Amino acid sequence: MALPGSNFGFKSLKFVEELGAMSAFTLDIARTVVAPPFRFAALLRELYKLGVLSLIIILVSGLTVGMVLGLQGYHTLARFGAKQSLGAMVGLSLIRELGPVVTALLVAGRAGSATAAEIGTMVATEQLDGLRMLSIDPISLVIKPKALAMLVVTPFLTAMFIACGLYGGYLVGVGLMGGDPGSYVASLKSNVDFQNDIVCSMLKSVVFGFLLGLIATYRGYTSAPTAEGVSAATTSSVVISSVTVLLADYVITALWGT
Amino acid sequence: MERSPTRDFIVGLFVLAGIAAIAYLSISIGGFSWHGREGLKLYASFDETGALTVRAPVVIAGVRVGEVSRISLQNDFRAKVEMSLDPELKLPTDSSAAIVTAGVLGDRYIELQPGGEEKILKSGDQIPITESAVILERLIGQLIYGTTKGNKPGAAATEPAKTP
Repeated sequence: MALPGSNFGFKSLKFVEELGAMSAFTLDIARTVVAPPFRFAALLRELYKLGVLSLIIILVSGLTVGMVLGLQGYHTLARFGAKQSLGAMVGLSLIRELGPVVTALLVAGRAGSATAAEIGTMVATEQLDGLRMLSIDPISLVIKPKALAMLVVTPFLTAMFIACGLYGGYLVGVGLMGGDPGSYVASLKSNVDFQNDIVCSMLKSVVFGFLLGLIATYRGYTSAPTAEGVSAATTSSVVISSVTVLLADYVITALWGT
Repeated sequence: MERSPTRDFIVGLFVLAGIAAIAYLSISIGGFSWHGREGLKLYASFDETGALTVRAPVVIAGVRVGEVSRISLQNDFRAKVEMSLDPELKLPTDSSAAIVTAGVLGDRYIELQPGGEEKILKSGDQIPITESAVILERLIGQLIYGTTKGNKPGAAATEPAKTP
């Protein structure tokens, strides 16, 4: 048994190699995106599977997160006598951080894992090799629609998550706790800025969607063609996606400023 | 790949809902508009703006009529506040602007007090009479130390007489 950490150098090199392979994979997808065949039917099917079927969990989670923010925020702000800022608190937390990040984590768990497992199974059952024999590029037919759908779906789901969350916060802050509806909406609108908050939020969700689609398809595509390989690909897709999303969130927040 | 019209229709609805959600966040919540922030542009200079921020509301009699669009420093070290207001608004030339606070620790906003002149303010005009923000800490400081140190006669004049 080797000492723990004794293969650190090997692991580091392996990481760099993986990064390079992933970049090449990204370029492969990009090449099939700009060149025909465009595979619109496959894209629509993926939009349905990844987007429409994720809708329920996103809307329910958004509502719940907004309600919890309203409840927690109301009590905390009431302690400082600043209950009229509840709308700003709920809105800014949702738009700037929680909306993009929680949506991305949910999409990674719900759609990313399914994508990785599906592609992994196709690898294990040699379906992708079958496509290659028919001289159909599996990247164009299988990978590209999934990665593109993820990129399109994540910002939409994020916006719906935030809209639901704002309503959830209103429901609790105004309906349950008896706050003033006018001041909730007014503090929300006067504190949320288009440039700093909404654009930053949407930028985050686009980046997250790109990363989620890439990681899920890559882990599935490179999985070992065994039952264990599929399970490892699914797990690592969710783990790597989550960590990457959180890291990317910090970087974007730091770069965007304020 | 089999096409399914029902599924495609649902995907279309999903995309529409997504675009609607983004539009709602941008326009209604974020205050985005295609032609910038148009409307009646009025200026006012203050000695002290306190924690007044861009996009803070401007109200008349408690009704929101616009927002603060820019805050900058003038050459004479007073703050110049640009407000963009409802273009329909007809404010008399002797109106006044005051920076007030919602509650004790709430957000700052500008309250306009219409005057009685016949002439009205046009875009780009300056509101002549202003009342600066009340800094609570400074008032408390004056209350505590004011009696022992002795108030300078000028200090009372620059601070508004209003107590929160």
